[in-house]
Amino acid sequence: MAIDQVTGARRIGRYTLLMVAAVIVFFPIYVMLVGAFKPGNKVLIDRLLPTNVTLDTLRQAWREGNLGRALWNSVVVSVVITVAQVATSVLAAYAFVFLTFPGKAIVFAIFLATLLVPLEATLTVNRHIMQQLNWLNSYRALTVPFLATAFGIFMIRQVFLTIPKEMREAASMDGLGHFGFLGEVAVPLSRPTIGAFALFSFLTSWNSYLWPVLVTTKSDYNTVQTGLKALKLASLDRPNLVIAGTVIVALPIFVMLIAFQRQLIRGLTAGAVKG
Amino acid sequence: MKKRRWRDFGLAGLMLGPSAAVLSLFVIYPLVKAVWYGHQRCDASLSKCRTTSWHQYIDAFRSNEFQDSLIVTLKYALITVPIGLVLGISLAVLADKHIKGIGIFRTIFSSTVATSVAVASVMWFFLLNPSVGILADWLGGSAKTPGLLQKQGLALWAVSASSIWANLGFTFIVVTAGLQSVPKDLYESAYVDGANGWSRFTNVTLPMISPTLLFASVVLVTRAFQSFGEIDLLTAGGPKGETTTLTYLAYGQGLATSNDGGLRATVSVLLFFVLLILALVQFRGLEKRVHYGN
Repeated sequence: MAIDQVTGARRIGRYTLLMVAAVIVFFPIYVMLVGAFKPGNKVLIDRLLPTNVTLDTLRQAWREGNLGRALWNSVVVSVVITVAQVATSVLAAYAFVFLTFPGKAIVFAIFLATLLVPLEATLTVNRHIMQQLNWLNSYRALTVPFLATAFGIFMIRQVFLTIPKEMREAASMDGLGHFGFLGEVAVPLSRPTIGAFALFSFLTSWNSYLWPVLVTTKSDYNTVQTGLKALKLASLDRPNLVIAGTVIVALPIFVMLIAFQRQLIRGLTAGAVKG
Repeated sequence: MKKRRWRDFGLAGLMLGPSAAVLSLFVIYPLVKAVWYGHQRCDASLSKCRTTSWHQYIDAFRSNEFQDSLIVTLKYALITVPIGLVLGISLAVLADKHIKGIGIFRTIFSSTVATSVAVASVMWFFLLNPSVGILADWLGGSAKTPGLLQKQGLALWAVSASSIWANLGFTFIVVTAGLQSVPKDLYESAYVDGANGWSRFTNVTLPMISPTLLFASVVLVTRAFQSFGEIDLLTAGGPKGETTTLTYLAYGQGLATSNDGGLRATVSVLLFFVLLILALVQFRGLEKRVHYGN
């Protein structure tokens, strides 16, 4: 008998435990869904099984929370940051792996050291910079400080290091320049890691909360996260409306994560599993 | 030889330029500047400042507000990280069998990774809110009594419940990946040696996934220390500062730091050092005890 073969009573026991765990983990999401599709606004849900199902609450949340605008803002901001971070990280990682220049070790150490600086330590001054540039309430404030990250440089550098140096030499003899090698060999070989980093980068900017709270005051520049905060503050007495808002905000990410499961796992476990 | 060393200098400048510009302008410069502002008292927007003394760092560190929020943050980490890890490991081990329908269970256990801090916090705010929340009903709250989120002694636990749930998907995914990387023949030989389920878990599984667990715990501890959104949306730091974490102390509303950019800088620099020490302790101390295999 193979050891991971499960039979009889043990199998029933495992299924029971799995079911109980699944019910507990899924419960908040379930309540949220029932609440979002329920008419009326006084209580979140009055009974566990939905009785009347309606789209009215979702429509109302969409309108009152100006969620279309918030979703658009979040998409723009996250896409700009993701594209820029992938580009700046790939270029910098390439320079660190395939180029020879004096001071490389020191520059790399400084880059790496910025990983130790938490966002929270720099936000006060960064907000001040945005204010002086007159960038408060703009896409620039939401994106520019995040166009590069040492995390991406480090992650992509690690995979570039696995490309044999001989490949670069051979390509060079074939007359392939650095940009040619980057575009035709290095990036295609590293696609899984770059994809995982891109997803990580997108999720990080999509989920970002504190920075948008600090640099935006006008609802036109709400991202989905700050839009949700605004909706909650405006409609404390209408829980269903706010919950419907959270469903609208969470849905695109659920769909996206199901579509990009592999990249997600790779992105989340970067550095966790030795390999 | 010297020529060779400088061969790619121009190109390297071009390729590193964009990253170097962003990192120096928005990470290194702000950190240095924050250290400077930290010995000043300013208005809310940092436009008018006057120098006090470097002693401000020590005063701020010793202040009741800072000490209290440091303790709150430590408590928060001590609640959320161990419970989150144990639950994440349990779910991952439970779902680490190739049985029918396991995909559905894995999807459900991973699902909370898709909720942002704002989404999870707003959900739990209403779940725990006494006038509307179904959980609050079951837990014996009513519209007249303050909810768990405003009850002294319980508020931090309520926030923790929300954050443990929100982080569960992450821990589950990471630990599952760790479990799948354990060579199956190790289990086989432990089985042949007569080790039962629990001893296989403690003697094979745990040591083999210890790098994964180290990684997960570092991420979870960091998240606990940087928690802001859940505090902002669930409790606004109350009741009586019981949920004012360090990050909330630096950036929350209606606190001593809210109207003084200088003090905010002081607190955020202190937060930086706390996180730095934490990172060093975690990596130095734990890495020795972690089994990396071959």
